[in-house]
Amino acid sequence: MTEQMQSEQGQTVVDSAKADKTIIHVEAMHKWYGSFHVLKNLNLDVAQGERIVICGPSGSGKSTFIRCINRLEEHQQGKIVVDGVELTDDVRHIDSVRKEVGMVFQHFNLFPHMTVLENCCVAPIWVRKTPRKEAEATAMEYLKRVKIPDQANKYPGQLSGGQQQRVAIARALCMKPKIMLFDEPTSALDPEMIKEVLDTMIELASSGMTMLCVTHEMGFAKTVADRVIFMDGGEIVESAPPHDFFDNPQEPRTQQFLKQILHH
Amino acid sequence: MNDNNPPLQPSRSKPWNDPRVRAIFFQVVALAAIAWSGWTLIENTLANMESRGISTGFGFLDQSAGFGIIMSLIPYDATYSYGRTFFVGLLNTLLVSAMGIVAATILGFIIGVARLSSNWLIAKLSLAYIEIIRNIPILLQIFFWYFAVLRSLPTPRQSVDVGGVFFLNNRGLYLPDPIAQPGFGWVEAALVIAIVAVVIIKRWAKKRQLATGEIFPTVKVGISILIGLPLLAYLATGGPIEWDIPALKGFNFGGGITLIPELAALWVALTLFTAAFIAEIVRSGILSVSKGQTEAARALGLHNGLTLRLVVIPQAMRVIIPPLTSQYLNLFKNSSLATAIGYPDLVSVFMGTTLNQTGQAVEVVAMTMAVYLTVSLLISFFMNLYNRAAALKER
Ligand SMILES: Nc1ncnc2c1ncn2[C@@H]1O[C@H](COP(=O)(O)OP(=O)(O)OP(=O)(O)O)[C@@H](O)[C@H]1O
Ligand SMILES: [Mg+2]
Repeated sequence: MTEQMQSEQGQTVVDSAKADKTIIHVEAMHKWYGSFHVLKNLNLDVAQGERIVICGPSGSGKSTFIRCINRLEEHQQGKIVVDGVELTDDVRHIDSVRKEVGMVFQHFNLFPHMTVLENCCVAPIWVRKTPRKEAEATAMEYLKRVKIPDQANKYPGQLSGGQQQRVAIARALCMKPKIMLFDEPTSALDPEMIKEVLDTMIELASSGMTMLCVTHEMGFAKTVADRVIFMDGGEIVESAPPHDFFDNPQEPRTQQFLKQILHH
Repeated sequence: MNDNNPPLQPSRSKPWNDPRVRAIFFQVVALAAIAWSGWTLIENTLANMESRGISTGFGFLDQSAGFGIIMSLIPYDATYSYGRTFFVGLLNTLLVSAMGIVAATILGFIIGVARLSSNWLIAKLSLAYIEIIRNIPILLQIFFWYFAVLRSLPTPRQSVDVGGVFFLNNRGLYLPDPIAQPGFGWVEAALVIAIVAVVIIKRWAKKRQLATGEIFPTVKVGISILIGLPLLAYLATGGPIEWDIPALKGFNFGGGITLIPELAALWVALTLFTAAFIAEIVRSGILSVSKGQTEAARALGLHNGLTLRLVVIPQAMRVIIPPLTSQYLNLFKNSSLATAIGYPDLVSVFMGTTLNQTGQAVEVVAMTMAVYLTVSLLISFFMNLYNRAAALKER
């Protein structure tokens, strides 16, 4: 624990302000793909309502890391506790964690054989056992929030990329999750559609949702994030509030990375 | 704007330059060519038959056939007409095809899924099965099951005897035949009631799920009702079924139901052969659903079974159905290889014996081809209906 306090010194103020509840606890976590050591000794505590942006070069393990949090990937060593439930091989634990953790993917992954409304209702109906009427009402509410209630009866193939991604966000929200994970939600989108998705995410952040976003949208990180985490080579290299992270990065690897992406 | 330019003329001024006119012209030419060759063929054949003194027409169908058939689903003996042999053969063809399609579909789906198993042994065994079976000609496989396996079973006197009720020998598999006694009507009535009840329960369960979200175990309850209710009726009426148990009479068995080795060999061969192809179709269907779909379903909290049922299978079926249809058609047409081992299917009975005895080649061949064409088109039609229902409504 002391080691963690040190490595996240800049964070202590924010943490204590929100320290009422830790909702994600990652401790000395390692993951291998065969003999390839992708994630090395990750430690992270996320408080309820905290917004975290994860960035880093391609192949640094960002996706792998957030996919471990809802067990789309399994870790081999260390500990991940989500909302008080430790992720182990136990299927019941995995199911109960997935109920509380929503995920938005780079390529949307909407179900093409279901309408937008059905996409949003399938999990509440089958997992939460919500009556259909109620599930549909909730879905319409969230579709309004992401500003596409008029597309409810269309199929995903009939929507633009930005609209699809907003449906994907609404679909995840319909499960009323406590945590939302985003894996590069805007990087498959045309520039004019990025903004509409980021606006949706900013609106979500202001509602107090706990969010972990892998993204290269540094503007989004600056306005929304409580903390920015920089990963490289499977390690968390630096973790700091956005103003420290962007104006005063401590690690040379972070400085180099920022120089590269800010020049683009 | 330059007013000196002549107005743009539509370039299709001459009719033979119009693509639509051309298309119609070529279609008319093609049809005429087909009609002409067809007519010449028929005219020639008729002339040939006349010169050989063979009468034409379907009158022969009413004549007595005078030959026996080893297996028939409808009453038949040598005194029946040639027309009757057509139906005996047709029903035998439909029987083995239907049995083959059902069994090959089940086996094919199992092997296709097993092929994707993360268990190394299961995956490799399925792979070996597929590669061996689909690379050996089907005719060889029919011979194998008929001559090497079934024909080499013991003679009736040395039958393999299972509990004194099932007997297996080189003449076939003998099973007890249930014979309904008075009172069996109650059991049938109970079955009808059970089916109605299950339909009602299913509707009610769906309505309740819509209203309250609770999921009713429809499948489990449904199966118990379907089995339980008739069973209760059966027991309550004192078991109104008598079993006609096969018994050795002289050199062969009498009584019971017989599954003749010709049918068994053809059925097994068609099933195993087609299942290998269906397995590959199922595998590619499942693989065609991207990994992102499964991941999204998992991330939403849907467990494995629901993910398969709600997300993977509906999408895979769209890819599976069209090639599955052609496998069904293949199996149906391959069933005509029955001739090789003497299973009395349509080709063997009607195009074989009946044709040989009557010499009515044109009529017999035309009738047989009409049957294969009709049934094939029916299979395609129903599969297309299903496919349309499963198709994606996109764009
Ligand atoms: N299923 C897998 N099997 C083996 N190696 C993998 C697998 N998935 C990812 N990797 C490797 O793990 C490393 C981390 O991958 P990951 O997708 O987490 O990177 P990332 O930081 O998300 O990169 P990007 O910005 O390109 O999305 C990469 O080197 C990748 O090649
Ligand atoms: Mg990634």
